[in-house]
Amino acid sequence: MSTLVIAEIRQSELRASSYNTIAAAKAKGGDFDILLLGKGSAAGADALKEFGAGTVYYSEADAVAEYTAESYAKTVAALVGEKGYTAVMMGATTTGKDMIPRLGGLLGAGMVSDVIGFDGANYLRPMFAGNAIATVEVNTPVAVMTVRETAFDAAAPSGGVSAVAEATAVGDDRAKFIEYRLTESSRPDLGAASIIVSAGRGVKDADGVKQVEALADLLGAAVGASRAVVDEGLLPNDLQVGQTGKIVAPDLYIACGISGAIQHVAGMKDSKVIVAINKDEEAPIFEVADYGLVADFAKAIPEFMEKVKAIK
Amino acid sequence: MKILVPVRRVPNPDIKVRLKSDGSGVDTEGVNFLVNPFDEYAIEEAVQIVEKSGGEVVLVSIGTADCEETLRAGLALGALRGWLVETSEVLDSAAIADVLAAVYKEESPDLVITGKQSVDTDNNQAAQMLAAKLDLPQACFAFKVELGDGKATVEREIDGGLDVKEITLPAVITADLRLNQPRYAALPQIMKAKRKEVKKVSLGDLGVEAKSATKILGLSQPPARAAGQIVGSVEELVDKLVNDAKVL
Repeated sequence: MSTLVIAEIRQSELRASSYNTIAAAKAKGGDFDILLLGKGSAAGADALKEFGAGTVYYSEADAVAEYTAESYAKTVAALVGEKGYTAVMMGATTTGKDMIPRLGGLLGAGMVSDVIGFDGANYLRPMFAGNAIATVEVNTPVAVMTVRETAFDAAAPSGGVSAVAEATAVGDDRAKFIEYRLTESSRPDLGAASIIVSAGRGVKDADGVKQVEALADLLGAAVGASRAVVDEGLLPNDLQVGQTGKIVAPDLYIACGISGAIQHVAGMKDSKVIVAINKDEEAPIFEVADYGLVADFAKAIPEFMEKVKAIK
Repeated sequence: MKILVPVRRVPNPDIKVRLKSDGSGVDTEGVNFLVNPFDEYAIEEAVQIVEKSGGEVVLVSIGTADCEETLRAGLALGALRGWLVETSEVLDSAAIADVLAAVYKEESPDLVITGKQSVDTDNNQAAQMLAAKLDLPQACFAFKVELGDGKATVEREIDGGLDVKEITLPAVITADLRLNQPRYAALPQIMKAKRKEVKKVSLGDLGVEAKSATKILGLSQPPARAAGQIVGSVEELVDKLVNDAKVL
């Protein structure tokens, strides 16, 4: 029984979810190897060689220099075939969600999405916007899965040094990566932030968004959004928190003008402390909030900022 | 261009699910069912492509006879005809991909477009598995699709922004929320949809075994959050965050 962890490199940077995925492999138990693909994966392999893996594989070959689901799934499938892993896991990032099911299709393997825990040989995962936890059995020789990074604390180096080896890359010329168009932001990533200030429908316009951003900057926080705000074009889609957006669990989540639809709550209900500021006292967000303030966010935020400045 | 759009029947996502007391599943009594919202974006995209450059949109749904209602709802949005693969078995994504692959082989479409995930199981698996089984390229979480010259250029929603990918056709594309604005069905279209062709077949008719690779053993309630409190002022809120919760 051994696991292959796919760590993720993007634009030569090792993504933080890789450490959570290693932690998930350790929680599952048994031996594990790590695979990194793409430009910068040699350095990434070096950074991950003291985390308890047997071997850390990498490839910077042209065929996998840039990510495509097609080439990566073929390359991973080849390594699984060669080494006989019984499980393959990757963080539930957009890359993991894109590539791992394709790998499952290639291997004829059962897949579990968004794994949050293990129960013997079975897997735990949320369904129905987080309102049910399913125990899932996989009936194929290999199980493939994405793991929810918020459910596993990032692994730390555990001593020892793994072997480092080059993997054989397999290309697919029917799919071509063209370019990234990433949002420029000086604020922390939603996944990495310890505080998130989030805007909902109640934050009606660009001025409201500016207030939310000002509070976030004062607190060194990331900015999040409900779907309504993204649909209005007030904030970019990659800031959307929810069932079909980003799943977050910061130390502090401040929901400004967010009603608390099922789909939004699914993305933030595991935050340690939740604050809701909403002028509608009937808003369902107050059911999950640790601290609720019935107020117009536009009046509450400036006062909140003043009080915070006074104590800092 | 012929476009195949798999659609799924899901319980209304705006109603919080109730679990059966024995954890064997979800209590759907009194719950209405809808077309999976992401699949509506897929239908809209397919219909827009066909409106612009000709062809036909063919729907497929897998499940009980009730799925005919789901198909009719999709046909009212502009699809030409549909397949209903009738089964009472609960299929996982691997089995669904097997069934879709069989329908794909019957239809030989130029493109498959479906929603990026169904909002009941939240799996986000079947489309990519289908692409792998058919050995077709894929572009998931589409924000914008441009077709031309036997290729699709797709802007995809990814963590932190977008990326752009070019794939050859035929291919599998999954729809994200900003791809388009799905239309509402007008009454004449709803009436017309009732007369559109829905071909009903069984798994046996298609010659697929549809063997699930995973099984849900049970469902349980997630841990509930401890009850919170309503504070009276911003001052009290900041005080509690600093002194009680110690997060500021």
